[in-house]
Amino acid sequence: MRLALQEMRRRPGRFVTATAILTLIALLLLFLGGLLDGLIGSATSAISGQTGDVITFSSTSQSSLPSSRVGGAVRSEIAGVPGVERVGGLGVTQVGARVPGRSERDLVDVALFGYELPPAGLGVPPDRAKAYADTSLRAKGVAAGGTILLGPARTPITIAGFVDGLRYGGQGTLWASPETWRVVQAANRPDAASAVDVFQAFVVRGDGSVRAAELARRIDDATRGSTSSRTTAAAADAQPGVEQQRSTFNQIIGATVGVAIVVVALFFALLIVERTALYGVLKAIGARSRTLFGGVVTQAIVVSLLASAIGALLALVAALTVPAGSIPFSLSPARVLGTVALLVLAAILGCSFSLRRVLRIDPASAIGTAS
Amino acid sequence: MNHGRRDTPHTPDDQGTAADSHTALRLEAVRKVYRLGDDDVVALHHADLRVGADEIVALVGPSGSGKTTLCSIAGAILSPTAGRVVVGEQDITEFGESELSRVRRESVGFVFQAVNLVPFLTARENLLVIDELGSRNRSAARARADQLLDELGLADRASNLPSQLSGGQRQRVAIGRALMNEPSLVLFDEPTSALDTQLGEKVMELIRHEMKARGTAAVIVTHDERMTHYADRVVHITDGVLAA
Ligand SMILES: Nc1ncnc2c1ncn2[C@@H]1O[C@H](COP(=O)(O)OP(=O)(O)OP(=O)(O)O)[C@@H](O)[C@H]1O
Ligand SMILES: [Mg+2]
Repeated sequence: MRLALQEMRRRPGRFVTATAILTLIALLLLFLGGLLDGLIGSATSAISGQTGDVITFSSTSQSSLPSSRVGGAVRSEIAGVPGVERVGGLGVTQVGARVPGRSERDLVDVALFGYELPPAGLGVPPDRAKAYADTSLRAKGVAAGGTILLGPARTPITIAGFVDGLRYGGQGTLWASPETWRVVQAANRPDAASAVDVFQAFVVRGDGSVRAAELARRIDDATRGSTSSRTTAAAADAQPGVEQQRSTFNQIIGATVGVAIVVVALFFALLIVERTALYGVLKAIGARSRTLFGGVVTQAIVVSLLASAIGALLALVAALTVPAGSIPFSLSPARVLGTVALLVLAAILGCSFSLRRVLRIDPASAIGTAS
Repeated sequence: MNHGRRDTPHTPDDQGTAADSHTALRLEAVRKVYRLGDDDVVALHHADLRVGADEIVALVGPSGSGKTTLCSIAGAILSPTAGRVVVGEQDITEFGESELSRVRRESVGFVFQAVNLVPFLTARENLLVIDELGSRNRSAARARADQLLDELGLADRASNLPSQLSGGQRQRVAIGRALMNEPSLVLFDEPTSALDTQLGEKVMELIRHEMKARGTAAVIVTHDERMTHYADRVVHITDGVLAA
């Protein structure tokens, strides 16, 4: 292993090409991953940001908030399920907003939520006619303390503050009390207006005694199939289009990792052909095949780590230079770590194609007169 | 791993029977046939050879007579087609690949006909490779490498790459490498063939000195009769047949 690292230090030139190609692949992977996370975040982070364990929709809604309705009867059934600690209603209305400083016709699409259990980053709902705004709305001219007008009825809402990372359907969100939400809905979407105890979904917090998936099953049993409950993460994934987006991106990411495996495999196959004589000598002085192959794997890991590091740095710079809100791109530490792990795995897999070649090298090849 | 020997290098009969401890190498009726396409090349016919525990044997013969083949079999690099090979106390005839690898790591040293240093390592690092492949005792290995380089007159060349060394210096590094694992037997395959007579004699003198100081056995291949007086005994080989 030391020998392998010494070679990399003394002959860095040999590894430049592979590192450069893998850096580009790492950059591509991070770009694809960041785009996927950004897209899904902008579509569903209002749901995945809920602090409950389970979200309960009506069974006919296919987990889509706009088409879901759950009422007071369901609420008391959920509250009676063993393992449930708290139940909070969640409602949403999508409207166009008139923002001060923008022209009369230039509406900003927003999703106004009424909530009972605060999602991540929020406290109890603000007073009547007030709402917290998602930070993505800042770029649209929404300011704290300002008042915006919602929908054709121009219902005024005053911005009480900002909250980060809660987006829905590609729109910025507003977070208000259930009463405020009902007022806006009744004024602007009279067709969708609902009774006082009706919400679009219930956010359910467990007491920790059962796992979320089990809790969801119990709730649907208790309501005799009139609800469809999912864990919070699964509910976010069940939003329309998310699954397709994810599988499309993951296929591209998979193909890219495949390319990385081939690149590493070819690179090390060539390198080992070049090293046949050296490995013969090392075997003749007692090197185990396992030691030599361990060196190859070490080099592959170092190359892929180096490429990931440079790739991540470039991606980070790119993420910072892209103007906010222009493309949905979000580079999370988990995505970076996941990409590094994927690339290291690809490197190990790629160079393991050369294992047989290393095993086959005959120590007797060292005894010839050729130098 | 044979730490016992490492700690007490000069004990005359560490482990093994009295009879065996006086023998560094025994070849009995060793035959080696190379297959070359459909042809068989008999490189060794019926080689019998015994090398004492601190004996230096010169193996002399013309090109193609089987010298390298014999050394390689004695050095656990090649397996014989028939016959018996005993290195020190170990009968290695039936050894598999990994056991042969261990013998090379622990019991024998080999100086190749074509020096064969690791090109991107310095002289000192070329010696330390042996430790990395084997027992991994860094501080002891460093001390030993420095001592060997000093004895071989390479103390001021320790941090040079092979490409920055002369042929004779490279040859000496290779000798140092062969001695790193404190072998009981060292095989030198034409250590002077690439050197002029004067330098060749210096290297032979050095080899003899190193062997005798350590009580290590050696087989030195040469086709130069003038070098044989550095050995205790001369064995001739012609067309794969040994003769004293
Ligand atoms: N790998 C091999 N395959 C086939 N024949 C071989 C092989 N290696 C050696 N030989 C043959 O075996 C015979 C002995 O070769 P060997 O290398 O032992 O000779 P040598 O005495 O070391 O010669 P030199 O002084 O030229 O190094 C030669 O006829 C050689 O052609
Ligand atoms: Mg030879």
